[in-house]
Amino acid sequence: MNVLEVHNVTKRFGSLIAVRDVSLSVPKSQLRAIIGPNGAGKTTFFNLISGFSTPTAGSISFDNRDITALPAHQRVALGMARTFQITEIFPELTVFENVRIGIEVASGYHLRPWISRSEKAEVHRRIDDTLKLVALEAKTGRLVGELAHGDQRAAEIAMALSLRPHLLLLDEPTAGMGDQETYEITQLIRRLHRDADLTIVLIEHDMRVVFHLADRISVLDQGKLLAEGTPQEIAANDVVQAAYLGKAA
Amino acid sequence: MTTEHTRKLIALTAIWAALLLAPYWMAPLGGYTALATRVLVLGLAAMSVNFLLGFTGVLSFGHAAYFGLGAYGAGLTLKFLAPSTPLSLLFGMLLGGVAGAILGALIARRRGVYFAMVTIAFGQVFYYIAFQWSSLTGGDDGLRGFSRQPLDLGLVKIDILSNADNFYYFVLLCFALAVGIMGFLLRSPFGRTMIAIRENERRARFLGIPVERHIWIAFTLSCFFMGFAGALYALVNNFADPRGLHYSQSGDFVMMAVMGGMRNFWGPLLGATVFVVLQDYLSSVTVNWMSFVGMLFVLVVLFFPRGLLGFVRRKSDA
Repeated sequence: MNVLEVHNVTKRFGSLIAVRDVSLSVPKSQLRAIIGPNGAGKTTFFNLISGFSTPTAGSISFDNRDITALPAHQRVALGMARTFQITEIFPELTVFENVRIGIEVASGYHLRPWISRSEKAEVHRRIDDTLKLVALEAKTGRLVGELAHGDQRAAEIAMALSLRPHLLLLDEPTAGMGDQETYEITQLIRRLHRDADLTIVLIEHDMRVVFHLADRISVLDQGKLLAEGTPQEIAANDVVQAAYLGKAA
Repeated sequence: MTTEHTRKLIALTAIWAALLLAPYWMAPLGGYTALATRVLVLGLAAMSVNFLLGFTGVLSFGHAAYFGLGAYGAGLTLKFLAPSTPLSLLFGMLLGGVAGAILGALIARRRGVYFAMVTIAFGQVFYYIAFQWSSLTGGDDGLRGFSRQPLDLGLVKIDILSNADNFYYFVLLCFALAVGIMGFLLRSPFGRTMIAIRENERRARFLGIPVERHIWIAFTLSCFFMGFAGALYALVNNFADPRGLHYSQSGDFVMMAVMGGMRNFWGPLLGATVFVVLQDYLSSVTVNWMSFVGMLFVLVVLFFPRGLLGFVRRKSDA
């Protein structure tokens, strides 16, 4: 069963066509990487999937439901969560508070003026579980804005996980990171994919990360889908080599 | 109990002790009970603006409209409907709150300067209605001919008209009720979504929070509190004035909130205290009293961007 299906999606900004007639299917439990040179339309494509913007043409289905016209918060309610290229967190709140907001929203408490003691205990238990998953349990009381870049990324992923998503969209999770932080985030994504059986779509520039993690890779170039296949097929694809990998190397 | 909790408890005890004993310690310092009553009412109005500004990050420059509607609601109730102080407060609060709910639904999608401009525009509509509709509102002369009524508790009647202390404690009770509800809401899951919107609207949206709906709810709640403060203000003066709806009054409330510290729950009360006390003393010395308040505001913004209470807290943290 496909979790995500994108049919012939196009996005125009005036005369610029940022995404051109792209189709994509992501089955359950797959880790799909989307790669492409700068300006290929990767983040715009992510924005269309997550509801940050709406496509000019085409349609998007999530869990067999047409979500093309749904606003972002309704897509989240259906089980889609995302992170951003530039980390989007609540910097003046603690790690605990950042994750708590996500868990309370996912539990349907966000309009409640009050939650019971047992509901509160359950929220706290889920916060602990989520922070353990991203190895931030020792930093719960720290302000997120004061954490190292890698930990801020982990906190953002924890916020996304707090929503208990079926589909996790990660936009360049290793951007701006050193080798050690990149390794740790890569291990975290691997754990989420393998242990938590999460369907993940990932945009990434670091080819070591992509080839290490991805089940399948889609290559975008100038807004078009250039190729799609397993890491081995993409590595052997001459068109991709010419358009992207060759340049990257 | 952590040090932070102990410090909060001490600060809270000090605030409530100061408010409870205000009629006793203000007189020796040259103040008077009616001044403390004004501080409470305008402090509640500034805290209502801050409910939206400081905790949701949305700036309204037209909140005086709901304050003024609350005042007219209370005044008109006492004058034409029933000589009941509690009923006048209820109708004043409802008028401000319902107007806020209707207009909030129209503007919740606007952001930043556009939101502020639209709130000013709607506020001015109410100002001109109050100004022009003389037969009902008294026009430029304001609404007169009503006064707060004794509180009828069945066995006893409490005189809040001629006894300033009784009236102060009645206003303090109303204030405590309103800020208690405000504090309760801000510590609730809903309150945390307001703070999430203030901190990072994009992230809030991608955590599944329907941002526009939550801003509308916060705006509406803030207008109910504002209407309540306005109703109390009508009882303070036994008078409702169209200038209470004017955008310059909204500016004063924002000034109180920013001066006291808009990231702090009690900051606007401190801002209102400084504003009202300075107004009281300086206006007896010079007609240009507002220039001095303005100068103080500029100094606070330049040197204490987190407001006076933010500065005090930072000093005590150091």
